[in-house]
Amino acid sequence: MAKVKTLADLRKMKDELRSKISLRENSDNPESMVQIKVSMATCGIASGAKEVMNHLINELDSENIPSVVTQTGCMGYCYAEPTIEVIKPGEQPLVFGDVTLKKASEIIEKYIKGGELVDGIIPDSYETIE
Amino acid sequence: MKDISMHMMDIARNSVRAGAKVVEISLNFHSIDNSMELSILDDGCGMDQETVSKVTDPFVSSRTKRKVGLGLPFLKMNAEQTGGSISIDSETGKGTLVKAGFLRGHIDCIPLGDIAGTVALLICGTPDVDFIIHITQDEKRFNLNSKEVKEELGDVGVYNPEVVNFLREMVKENMDEMNIK
Repeated sequence: MAKVKTLADLRKMKDELRSKISLRENSDNPESMVQIKVSMATCGIASGAKEVMNHLINELDSENIPSVVTQTGCMGYCYAEPTIEVIKPGEQPLVFGDVTLKKASEIIEKYIKGGELVDGIIPDSYETIE
Repeated sequence: MKDISMHMMDIARNSVRAGAKVVEISLNFHSIDNSMELSILDDGCGMDQETVSKVTDPFVSSRTKRKVGLGLPFLKMNAEQTGGSISIDSETGKGTLVKAGFLRGHIDCIPLGDIAGTVALLICGTPDVDFIIHITQDEKRFNLNSKEVKEELGDVGVYNPEVVNFLREMVKENMDEMNIK
């Protein structure tokens, strides 16, 4: 059976990680990265916020977008969980509700990469005009 | 709440919101009666005795945004429906200890869920708080201290996707080793 991972393996991984990170610009400064906060209170967890958070972390990584995905408490939009707050560098924070895995990918693709607003912004009076 | 890992995340998030700097999570499995105890100890703001006695009432919450708080009531329901119980000890200014016992052989016991993924997300998604994780199965035990993880990583942020995946794998392998399902 293969050896079980320990913290020593993490140490080995570190140099590799560091070289990868230095390829991304200014990534040691959170202000210059895309910051995403996933609402993780009872309401969020029960609606699948954990899967959404995992998905965001992996998608942003595979797209090579410098980002920090963290957890936060309930934002008070329990009816629209899972909820995420996205802060692009130098921009106002935006809150998106009902973020399914599909929606999360759409937010990365259209809003984070393309700067285009997508439906699902809270307050929900925002809607795309066809 | 579909599984025990969700409860773990939920109660640990309560601790974080209570301003805890260190949150200690233990999952103790006992093969003799197929039981499991989840305990979460924090050094957050704590609660007075009156609040402790009311906290499993769904219509009590410390927050002002809404009038219900379902985290602890759900935990109580899920533990008690297996024949288990929960206990909450707290002291203002010192911290809180929440314990929940589950009898895993009971037909109404919810599954364990993704404990490894939850531990990884807690540590990496809440970089300002330290988590100490103990997973035991009878005599066997696995410990993980997020402070040590951060020390190993040095200037590399704990929120890195590779770190999340590494921690998930590490916890999962150790749990497999202990034969915890």
